[in-house]
Amino acid sequence: MQTAATLQIEDPIIAVDNLDFYYGKAKALHGINLRFPRRQVTALIGPSGCGKSTLLRCFNRMNDLIDISAVTGNILLNGADVYAASMDVIELRRRVGMVFQKSNPFPKSIYENVVFGLRIAGVKNKAILDETVERSLKGAALWDEVKDRLHTSALGLSGGQMQRLCIARAIAVNPEVILMDEPCSALDPKSTARVEELIGELSNEYTIIIVTNNMQQAARVSDFTAFLYEGVLVEFGLTNKMFMKPQKKQTEDYITGRFG
Amino acid sequence: MKKYWRTGEPCVWGTGAALAVTLLIAATLIVVVMVNGLGVFWPAAIEKLELKDGSALLGELTQRETVHEGEEFRRQYKVGNRDLYGLDFRWVDEADILAVSQPSDALLLEREEYGNFYGFLNRFEDGGAGGDMLGALRNSHAEVMAEKALVRGMNEEISRLSYQLDRLRRNLLKAEYQGLGPDHPKILEIKRNQAILQDDFSHLVARQNQAAADMRARKAIFADVNGREREIALADIVAIYGPNQMSLVEKAGVYLHRLKELFVGEPRESNTEGGLFPAIFGTIMLIFIMSLFSFPLGVIAAIYLREYAKEGMIVRLVRIAVNNLAGIPSIVYGIFGLGFFIYGVGSSIDQMFFPETLPTPTFGTGGILWASLTLALLTVPVVIVSTEEALGAIPREIREGSLALGSTKFQTLMRILLPMASPGIMTGLILSMARAAGEVAPLMITGVVKLAPSLPIDGNFPFLHLDRKFMHLGFHIFDIGFQSPNVEAAKPMVFVTTLLLVLIVLTMSSVAIYLRNRMKKRYTFSTF
Repeated sequence: MQTAATLQIEDPIIAVDNLDFYYGKAKALHGINLRFPRRQVTALIGPSGCGKSTLLRCFNRMNDLIDISAVTGNILLNGADVYAASMDVIELRRRVGMVFQKSNPFPKSIYENVVFGLRIAGVKNKAILDETVERSLKGAALWDEVKDRLHTSALGLSGGQMQRLCIARAIAVNPEVILMDEPCSALDPKSTARVEELIGELSNEYTIIIVTNNMQQAARVSDFTAFLYEGVLVEFGLTNKMFMKPQKKQTEDYITGRFG
Repeated sequence: MKKYWRTGEPCVWGTGAALAVTLLIAATLIVVVMVNGLGVFWPAAIEKLELKDGSALLGELTQRETVHEGEEFRRQYKVGNRDLYGLDFRWVDEADILAVSQPSDALLLEREEYGNFYGFLNRFEDGGAGGDMLGALRNSHAEVMAEKALVRGMNEEISRLSYQLDRLRRNLLKAEYQGLGPDHPKILEIKRNQAILQDDFSHLVARQNQAAADMRARKAIFADVNGREREIALADIVAIYGPNQMSLVEKAGVYLHRLKELFVGEPRESNTEGGLFPAIFGTIMLIFIMSLFSFPLGVIAAIYLREYAKEGMIVRLVRIAVNNLAGIPSIVYGIFGLGFFIYGVGSSIDQMFFPETLPTPTFGTGGILWASLTLALLTVPVVIVSTEEALGAIPREIREGSLALGSTKFQTLMRILLPMASPGIMTGLILSMARAAGEVAPLMITGVVKLAPSLPIDGNFPFLHLDRKFMHLGFHIFDIGFQSPNVEAAKPMVFVTTLLLVLIVLTMSSVAIYLRNRMKKRYTFSTF
């Protein structure tokens, strides 16, 4: 299998080695090798069905929910094998947060949404919960908008606010990595701008891996970009370099909009 | 024409008409039951008819219908006095009627036996000479009623004593069964207690009999419209009305009084008159116990099917089976309840825990527990199907969102999925309760009776008697409407009971729907 990682990343937070992924008999990912840099934003781009979401969902093992899925190869999170039998999936998902394409707040209050991760981990101390709510909502740039109605239903928020609430919920448990699966695809341009801005701020503290179908967005928010095509990693590099001067013809065609 | 079809308007009309027809049918059903049921308790005027053959007739007009192709009419009167005439109703051709009047001194007596008496007060010795004989009768009757209440109070004491005696008898049997000799201290103790209780019991019964006899000594003499006299003990009279003298307000008072009696009173006259309290109580308790079993069982089974079981051939088969289970005739469940619960489980319980009383069964016969369990089996598919649907309707993102935060499947279920599914689960519960309330067939072989001597809950330890037989509104309707010796006279009661059954189902459903809507408000998504 060909690999396209031309860039050497020192001390990666996630290292993917020869990853193959199957849905039943269909092979969705072919020998992926990738190193994700710490505290940087990495964008996964590629046409629909190229396997970028599948790859993303391997990092917190959300694919386990699909009975017929199978994985070979390694994913190392800070050196520990994600798919090892000794890996506690619950613990893994606390360390690797996720924001979904469609905002999915729980039908609870804003407050309860943010502290959900802590509650299920058994945290009961009110002071810690309060402090977490404030820190996370501030981190997600939502605090000023909702601080007076923390105990009202989260379902009364606007679409953009809901997505930022989901981000706040993800960072409330202090994850090492935040996975974002097309987080802006259901938002209007203004909300999108707000979330993109937020991604920039969050990258100071967290490693972010974002799947996006929007080339401009990838160019705007990410430091590194990986281009996947039909389950194969075609090219990985600094975003600036890749968008200015792609190394592969396929990448150039995709970025310039000739296919996909 | 083609253009008109394209507008889609015929479709709107057609579907609208179908809806209107169904609504109309439902409304008619309620209206018919209400019209027939609500009027029963209104004190109607008593009419006196003088007939061509020289005799007279006294009673309430119940129906009027045409004969001879609409030329003439025929009237039906409720004449009561079953002890004199043998029949409660009489048809009269209008051509035979000479005069109709409403005598103001006509009385309606509701009696413990033989139904209503329509007639006049002839003599009442106790009530002083001349003067207000009816007033005196009313006063005396009130006194007798008060005494009667006391005698009834003794009844409770008697039933408590007889319950205790029965327990002692069982204890004795148990002790003997355990092989204790006749002079074992335990047996002697029981026998001593038994003697004391028996003594109390016979004293009380004697006192009650005496009181009842005293009470029955006070009598009055009434006469029917043709002058036939009849001596009636005041104790046998439930109520005395003179409807022809009553004002509207007084009639309304009588109406409310009778309504109250319906809700809190005991039935009399082989259920065709009096109250329905035991049947109401039995119905509600049955549904309650049924829900206690079917609700948790159904929800948990649905959770397994939807959340844990691997989709495949077996799960599909189970699902088909569950859906078909809901369509099995209810009498089949009744037979199953009889064979499995009563003969199987009940008999085993008797063998294990109550061997001393055998062959008299304790749990090995119909009772409210077995009837509830049978109904629970009948309704569990409804709960399973609706719970499964409610769980399935929750978007995948919500589950994933919870799991991605590091919650276990169980935590997701308890904290997110079940609260979100609760309105749907409630719908299932409502449907199952409504279904259970209307079932009669399976109850008839698993423990419902025409007249239960005591309620399944009472003041005797252990207070809840799940082995007891019970009364039920649905069975009550069947019983008085088709099985009673005097079907015609029982007809009003059939409608009243039906109305009550409908009311109970509606009330319970309304409460459940209110709860469901509150949950819905809390847990559904606003659109954005």
